Amino acid sequence: MTKTDHTVNFTLNGEKKTFATRPDEKLLALLRREGYRGTKYGCGQGTCGACTVLLDGRATYACLLYAMQAEGRAVRTIESAGTFDNPSEFQKQLVAAGAVQCGYCIPGMVMSATALMETEAVLEDEIVKEYMDGNLCRCTGYEKIWVALRKTLDKQAAAPARARRKSSSKGSKK
Amino acid sequence: MNRHEKAKNFKQVNHSVTKIDALQLALGKDSYVADFVPNDALIVKMLWSPHAHARIKKLDVSRAEKMPGVKAVLWYGNVPRIAHCTAGQGFPEPSPYDTFMFDKKVRFVGDRVAAVAAETEEQALAALEAIKVEYELLKPVFTLDEAMAPGAPVIHDEAEAHVPIPIPYEPKKNLVAHVACEAGSFAEGLKQADFKFDHTYETPYAQHCPIEPYTSMARIAPSGRIEITTSTQVPFHCRRIVAKTLDVPVQKIRVIKPRIGGGFGCKQEILLDDVTAMFALRTGRACLWQFNREETFRTGRTRHPFRIRLQAGVKKDGTITAINMEAINNTGAYGGHGLTVVSCAGSKVLPLYHCENIKFDGKSYYTNLPVAGAYRGFGATQAFFAMESLMDQMAEAIGMDPMKFRQINHIREGEGSPIFAALGEGREGTPMTVGSNALAECIVQGAEAIGWKNRKDWRGKTGRYRRGIGMACLMQGSSIPDIDMGAASIKINDDGSFNLLVGATDLGTGSDTVLAQIAAEELETTTDKMIVYSSDTDLTPFDVGAYASSTTYLSGEAVRKAAAHAKSQILATGAEMLGVLPEEVHCEDSAVVNSDGSKKVTYGDIAKYSLYQKNQYQIIGTASHITKKSPPPFAAHYAEIEVDTWTGFIKVLNYVSTIDCGTAVNPQLAEGQTEGGTLNGISYALTEEYLFDANGRMQNASFADYHIYSMRDRPPLNIILVPSYEETGPFGAKSVSEVSINGAAPAFANALYNATGARVREFPLTPEKVLKAIKAVEGKK
Repeated sequence: MTKTDHTVNFTLNGEKKTFATRPDEKLLALLRREGYRGTKYGCGQGTCGACTVLLDGRATYACLLYAMQAEGRAVRTIESAGTFDNPSEFQKQLVAAGAVQCGYCIPGMVMSATALMETEAVLEDEIVKEYMDGNLCRCTGYEKIWVALRKTLDKQAAAPARARRKSSSKGSKK
Repeated sequence: MNRHEKAKNFKQVNHSVTKIDALQLALGKDSYVADFVPNDALIVKMLWSPHAHARIKKLDVSRAEKMPGVKAVLWYGNVPRIAHCTAGQGFPEPSPYDTFMFDKKVRFVGDRVAAVAAETEEQALAALEAIKVEYELLKPVFTLDEAMAPGAPVIHDEAEAHVPIPIPYEPKKNLVAHVACEAGSFAEGLKQADFKFDHTYETPYAQHCPIEPYTSMARIAPSGRIEITTSTQVPFHCRRIVAKTLDVPVQKIRVIKPRIGGGFGCKQEILLDDVTAMFALRTGRACLWQFNREETFRTGRTRHPFRIRLQAGVKKDGTITAINMEAINNTGAYGGHGLTVVSCAGSKVLPLYHCENIKFDGKSYYTNLPVAGAYRGFGATQAFFAMESLMDQMAEAIGMDPMKFRQINHIREGEGSPIFAALGEGREGTPMTVGSNALAECIVQGAEAIGWKNRKDWRGKTGRYRRGIGMACLMQGSSIPDIDMGAASIKINDDGSFNLLVGATDLGTGSDTVLAQIAAEELETTTDKMIVYSSDTDLTPFDVGAYASSTTYLSGEAVRKAAAHAKSQILATGAEMLGVLPEEVHCEDSAVVNSDGSKKVTYGDIAKYSLYQKNQYQIIGTASHITKKSPPPFAAHYAEIEVDTWTGFIKVLNYVSTIDCGTAVNPQLAEGQTEGGTLNGISYALTEEYLFDANGRMQNASFADYHIYSMRDRPPLNIILVPSYEETGPFGAKSVSEVSINGAAPAFANALYNATGARVREFPLTPEKVLKAIKAVEGKK
């Protein structure tokens, strides 16, 4: 980063943050240099989905978004999704299904699936595919990712309604 | 014990153990090259040639050097000029030394001109704009015919271009390689045939498209040595090639391979590391170079386009009397892998079917187009399209079911092929008989799954949408016999865990997990006791790297041997602790147990004893492995499609991909390899190709314009692992990774014929091509 007078304020994984930036800096670059490196660079063209983050609950390509466009908004990255001790259900299912090969696309997949689960009430295959279509994987043939996701969604659908509401209120989509 | 029974008693191998790095990667933890780059690293950017063929008359970097933030500029005027090969192959390579770090000549759109290292990406890009270049444009060569024409422009006219081993190489004729062999007599064989065939097939340029682009970071360690962290499939070859290109000793370089975001062959190439290392030397700073997606398409390696002429003769009874394959590949502007890929078009395809008269002629030519390299399938993908298309035509000519025609002709257990001995990689091959072979079972199970018995002749099909079923049989190899070597070390820790150190390079395949399972099986412990480290030229033993379907079969056997070596020490110390003779003990559930099971010591106790208590030493096993064989994995693929005869669009209704990979060390990961390879093959067969403008510039260098399959595109896939037991592999295993990519193109071409009577000998099977072929059939009616 060269010296700059510009700053950007946004909520990052639930915490209010202020970062120095430049008007031409992409959100992906800012996140990565600030240590949120689970978000990956894959194409820089908004086509592969490796850089997917949630912007106010919507899956967004961080490689296309200028950091300053996140001003006042809520950004969530893969770092908010789970930990070694407490992985998310989808992360657990991905591991169990053998869906993580090189793994480079997986954080983006997790974020798109999070947007899906927090936004949609009906999780039919066509809707699921719509949400996941922007995340490319070259290793797996999507078979095991699909299995893991379907299991996660079916589990969520079977969960009591109260738990579902709670989980969707985590999303800051207003 | 029956060989298949043996596999049932495995405790670690042949179980779907959880991939050891899966959770780390799913959580997004620092894993890949770019995750380890310090924030103050310099950013490298390259000025690429906008011309396909030109000489640089004048190159002025003086303004760029003075630009803000610029720390160094590299160009032909300030780096060593050392001819080398970028292909990560064994040494000496069967490929031409035709590449320089920078040259006065550019040979394709996307060739290197000059590089800048600056404090920020923006500064580096601004500096590129300030570099002045004057080109003298030369006549480009874009097609095989142009490359072969007498008096064609010479792409490599530099004096240094040579091949380090004695094989045909004639750069003045743009000829990169020529390999030929004949078993029996093709001409005589053809005379015996009732039906003769002569067809030519074309295959396109394609790219591997790993989601992680090529990434390299180099810095100077406190010791003064160069440390390169890079997305490579070949860390040891990388070290050797960078040392040569920079003219520094191998000793001065360390190459670290962290997690890799996919490779599929394209990262078997040293495309960035010489530049990042040179910048690190010049600036003393960490230097990062990551290709963007456009660069990955234009400058990254690609799949060789092929033109394959296939002639064959068949008798009415189904005997194939003669085959002649003339395969020519376009290797683009540089020749790495030109010879080996064209050799594999013959060696991995022609042995599949019985035939006493086989002739092969393979050539590789330079053009001024993107550079081809290693890509999963490696020549077999292209040649199987031709071979398996022709198999269907031969079957139809003699009125035989194409499945039956394959069943009566395919190679069986215990059989050899003259091709194995005749075609090697830059030298003669290695004679071999096939050990494990479950192809017959693959064919039967696949046919059942697709509903082959309901397949109908195309002539009865009418209406806009017509369905068809097609098949293809396939094989590959497992490592390169007599050339590839893998090595491993394994040492015990205080608590009975083990460090498994392998040069074998997990690039996302799960090989670290597979190798851990093999070590655990041999050591009678559990896979979770293995701490796997791959790979680092300072810390891990040598391995040629991840290519030629070698890791499970070759590196896996090195691991098994290293584990056996450690086990012998564990047994000796365990016996000493139990006060019995070594012959009286055995290993069982992470412990050494005496013969009647009354006394035992755990591995943790043995480790503590051997490290701290008495006759102290480090229990450590190490072993290397080479192979005399390259056991083929076999596969039968089946596709059912629906063709829209109005638009030419092919919809995949069902795809069955069977595979015999010997013992599947980790069935879940073997399925994953097969699913991924199969879908990549499907995507390649239907949509993927490079499109060029009149100046040789790729027009579709993005995922928006070069479509790879997404989750929504994915058709129903049915993967069937058919077990066999390969006696020469670790616990019966042979390779799995490559073979599955070879099937879709011929299976679809055959299904298209079965649906419509249209035979297309060029893919991808885009609607335009399909529609044209259907109209030609309709016109004949």
